[in-house]
Amino acid sequence: MIGTGESLLLRAIGLTKTFAGDGMPVRAVRGADLAVRPGEFVAITGPSGSGKSTLLHMLGGLERPTGGQIWLDGRRVDGLSQARWAVLRRTHIGFVFQFFNLVSNMTVADNVELAALMGGATRKEAAARRNDLLAELGLAAKADAAPARLSGGEQQRVALARAMANRPSLLLADEPTGNLDSAASQSVLRLLAQAHRGGQAILLVTHDLRVASAADRVISLFDGMVIDDAPVAAPHGPMPVREVIRLRG
Amino acid sequence: MRMPLLALLAKEPAHGYELKSLLEQIFGEAYPTPNIGQIYVTLQRLERDGLVRSQDVVQTTRPNKRVYELTEAGREALVTWLDKASQGPRVRDDFFMKLTLSQLAGGTDRLGLINRQRRHYLAQMRSLSELAVNGTAPIPRLLIEGAMLHLQADLDWLQRCQEELV
Repeated sequence: MIGTGESLLLRAIGLTKTFAGDGMPVRAVRGADLAVRPGEFVAITGPSGSGKSTLLHMLGGLERPTGGQIWLDGRRVDGLSQARWAVLRRTHIGFVFQFFNLVSNMTVADNVELAALMGGATRKEAAARRNDLLAELGLAAKADAAPARLSGGEQQRVALARAMANRPSLLLADEPTGNLDSAASQSVLRLLAQAHRGGQAILLVTHDLRVASAADRVISLFDGMVIDDAPVAAPHGPMPVREVIRLRG
Repeated sequence: MRMPLLALLAKEPAHGYELKSLLEQIFGEAYPTPNIGQIYVTLQRLERDGLVRSQDVVQTTRPNKRVYELTEAGREALVTWLDKASQGPRVRDDFFMKLTLSQLAGGTDRLGLINRQRRHYLAQMRSLSELAVNGTAPIPRLLIEGAMLHLQADLDWLQRCQEELV
């Protein structure tokens, strides 16, 4: 029953995180259960302070849970050492952050290629994957540029290419559009959707419900607890625009 | 409907069908174009109120057509409308009434109501996003973006309701 269901890529059971504050301990996540199936696109949303980033960081091994279990690809991983988590992130998990976190003194191409190499690809494979990804994400012309020369939207696309360079079974994204203007957000979102159509499983944290609505399923978090978990679907097929937009006058 | 018709007539006189196709041209699929009957009824009322006047244009091969033009009073009404700030989109809200009164009616829990409403908004948001990427012309696209921003505000507000009431 617990966590080993074959159809689940990721499963969290009763996950908690308590930070020791100055006074009262802060219970950032209070018993969260969630699951992601292979190839599924899931969004976690909630107001700031609801624990969504802490939850994602635990699921990516960046933060150690206070309690509960995490299963990835049928394997229990919550008790792994830092070093083993690092290996897991190089080989199984891609991470995209709000502030891109690219290596500033490496070219765009090298940022992506390095991730593939660290994931275990040969030099030849890594170079091929880097070329494919940069072309796919519309960045081929920027391959030799330094990240700082790129716009925010372009940097995030590089970060996305880097996150997918090791062919992760799961892509984790923490507010990937949080620092982008509307047009750049839309382009990153389109690329995420494109990766998803290509079979990439994505678990994304966002406070932007426009971004969340692109997912197959939305998990709503409040006060460190899951308060809703439901597929996003128009109840009666796609809605005609006229029902959505009503002008006055 | 009245003001859009006056605005179209401010450029040049036109008959009913021309006005209908102009509306379709400008707003694309983002605007529920009124049927021709509604347009003629509105034009008649505008004429009764002295904002437009009309005359029959004789056509040899087809029935005569009635062409409408703006009067001076019509132009003034149009300018007054254009110059005035518009009402905000939403003051009363059906969902809020449900949320407030559901407990009197007994039964439904507030979190359930909020979750259902959130799912509904998310589904609408998704429909709008799909429309927005289908490369429409600027005017319809801006309308769709406006609707999405309103929806975003509705969703944020749902969160506030939840913080305060649940």
